[in-house]
Amino acid sequence: MRNKIFIIFGFILFIFCFIIFYKGLQKPNVYSPELNQKKSIPSFVSLDFYSNEKVLSDDIFKKGNYYLVNIWSSWCIPCRSEHPFLIRLKNSKINLVGINYKDNINNAKAFLNELGNPYSKILSDKDGVISIELGAYGVPETFLINKEKFIIKKIIGPINNESYKEIVNLIK
Amino acid sequence: MKKIISFVLVFFCFISNNLSASEKYSDLENKIFKNLRCLICQGQSIYDSQSDFSESMKIVVRKNLQEGMSEKEIYNSLKNKYGEWVLYDPQVNKGTYLLWSLPLILFLLGGAIILRKLSILKK
Repeated sequence: MRNKIFIIFGFILFIFCFIIFYKGLQKPNVYSPELNQKKSIPSFVSLDFYSNEKVLSDDIFKKGNYYLVNIWSSWCIPCRSEHPFLIRLKNSKINLVGINYKDNINNAKAFLNELGNPYSKILSDKDGVISIELGAYGVPETFLINKEKFIIKKIIGPINNESYKEIVNLIK
Repeated sequence: MKKIISFVLVFFCFISNNLSASEKYSDLENKIFKNLRCLICQGQSIYDSQSDFSESMKIVVRKNLQEGMSEKEIYNSLKNKYGEWVLYDPQVNKGTYLLWSLPLILFLLGGAIILRKLSILKK
């Protein structure tokens, strides 16, 4: 009788472990945090891309406007593919703020000359600290900030047709 | 012989250079780096990784320490930005209670089985 209980118990344990591992294998192992709670944009000090002067984030992000913060770099290949979407967004009612991530200034300027400059303001992030302050992983990454200065959308990776439409709908 | 000695000397110079790589950070900084996960790497801590993300994280941690933040405050601020996953030492909450209690349950269960077996053998 006791042996039977052990066998049944062992079998149930095996099934339990099997289900957990099977479910675990199906999960993608690339982690991306969900934006389940609204976060306000943090305050930080940065350098202006062109003038190299200190800029306070509170002077850039003002209540009552939508902002799209885009982290980009000239050495980042996916940034090229998302650039046409940013150019299209330039003509809508949203302020585009670029954060130039760990880049060579001359290469970055050449990148903008070649593909166009969609940004109303560009900040320089030479050591990647501002990106960490924002909670970013790397390039490209985009944050949509609403009129109350809350981050309402985070796009990890390049903007595509789908995310472009989503942004346009959110700022309507 | 001279060649061998000079080769060994050069070899040790390189080795010691590599060994001192982590010495540019303090013990507390290294401890914090070891407790933070590199989110773009596979199974590496900030301490182990040299990715752009990790290097920036190291600068942020150092900056926060210089600003007078405590170890716990740094963990909390990064947890707010990146979620619980960024910490290697997850706190007990409704998502992790099983993770924390399972080893204890298994230990007690195993102990109970062994004690039972022993008492049967004694009889």
